[in-house]
Amino acid sequence: MTEKSDGKTEKVSRRKIITTGLATVAGVSGLMVAAKIADRHGLLAPDHGGILGAGEALTYGAMRVLTAHHSMAREFNRSEISKIHPVNGPHPKSESYQRMANGNFQDYRLAVDGLVARPTSFSLDELKRMPSRTDITHQACEEGWSFIAEWTGVPLSYVLNYVGTQPHAKWAVFHTFQTDWWDSLDMPEVLHPQTLVAYNMNGDDIPLDYGAPVRLRVPRQLGYKSLKFLTSITITDSLKNVGDGQGSPSPAAGYSWYAGI
Amino acid sequence: MAQSAYLPTVAIQDSAVLDVPRHSALVRVTHWIHAASFIVLVLSGIAILLAHPRMYWGETGAREGPSLFDLPLPFVLDVPIRGPGRYLHFLSAWVAVLTGLFYAASGLLTGHFRKNLLPNKSDLGVRPILKVASNHLHFKRPTEEESRTYNVLQRLSYLTVVFVLFPLIIITGLGMSPAVTSVVPAFATVFGGQQSARTIHFFVASFLVLFLMVHIAMVILAGFIKRCRSMITGYASKKERS
Repeated sequence: MTEKSDGKTEKVSRRKIITTGLATVAGVSGLMVAAKIADRHGLLAPDHGGILGAGEALTYGAMRVLTAHHSMAREFNRSEISKIHPVNGPHPKSESYQRMANGNFQDYRLAVDGLVARPTSFSLDELKRMPSRTDITHQACEEGWSFIAEWTGVPLSYVLNYVGTQPHAKWAVFHTFQTDWWDSLDMPEVLHPQTLVAYNMNGDDIPLDYGAPVRLRVPRQLGYKSLKFLTSITITDSLKNVGDGQGSPSPAAGYSWYAGI
Repeated sequence: MAQSAYLPTVAIQDSAVLDVPRHSALVRVTHWIHAASFIVLVLSGIAILLAHPRMYWGETGAREGPSLFDLPLPFVLDVPIRGPGRYLHFLSAWVAVLTGLFYAASGLLTGHFRKNLLPNKSDLGVRPILKVASNHLHFKRPTEEESRTYNVLQRLSYLTVVFVLFPLIIITGLGMSPAVTSVVPAFATVFGGQQSARTIHFFVASFLVLFLMVHIAMVILAGFIKRCRSMITGYASKKERS
């Protein structure tokens, strides 16, 4: 009895090893094919690598499918604007920034280049003359605090139409007066109507500590994607050679590149 | 003679009953995957919470303004796990939610909830519930017979965890996401705002941790090794398998 059942167990476990092995090979190659397909459809986050990236890949892919139809971030009434607007990191102390601030940002230029038909530098006045949009939106820091404010600016999509973005563009890379603070967005977020190049906060020029003269507002993502003190926008079809290839310095510090979470 | 003829019959009868696994493979596999992902969720959740251990009500809240309550914890931004903690939280959330959905769907299809978790009508009275509670409070070890099925308090707490606390913690988690609430604003508004969702998320997580502690205490009371074995192999004791 015992011998027979032992032999049986052995056979089953050998078969099990083979099937497990085959399943693993099929699983791994299946994942690789899935990643290729996801990438082709713009569903692969730049920080999808490794075990930790697996959750990120699922989140980003699911969110992009879920928000595919330009879902709009929640908007609020004027009466809901917060009385307290916390500042996470004050304005740059660099000489170039100070000089520009002292001159009321008359010399400020926002450079837009990369995969565009007409690379252009915009002055603050030129940006303000473009069609504007005003949104009262919620901004949450990944730390846990949050506030509601009113932002006015030109939709980023308008700026990019103006310079003529090439069809194979996939990402926009943003640089700021703080050289170690840069980030990137995918085209669905770049072209989203509420994604603003903002120059006005609660009815006034954006105060220095809140991102003067121009900042991004990305209301469908956490606060750290709404870069302050914007200096340039570069359109590209690959993030591989930008920084460490993960789309921003955030993933290396442990914060996901996609912050619609 | 009569005795020796009598004994084997009892043994066979007993093993026939005990040969039925205490827990189905579905329950065992999902239980342990869930256990692992839950522990990672709690640890990474604490790391995230330490960045701002203050709770608010409504849509917004900030350190410079009023809070609902302050946890007696320091504000620590650079917990070693906090960086990867956020990635870990979402990775383990995916594992937990997918496992949970699989468990819930199969539990409904196989009748696991109806057969094993829905309390019998006769057990739902005050007296039977008080009796089970009193047994627990007196640290009375359940008999083998009793541990072959769930008592009414177990059934009620498991059902609450599966059908109230888990859905609530998932929805309040999603209610904090600006992308998800752009599609389903109700995930935030139904709780009174994004910060309220965060606060409820914290409370539900605390309840789940409390449940885990009571759960482990009960397992220890009922015989840690036996109960763990039955959740791994399906059988309460080694002998009964042969």
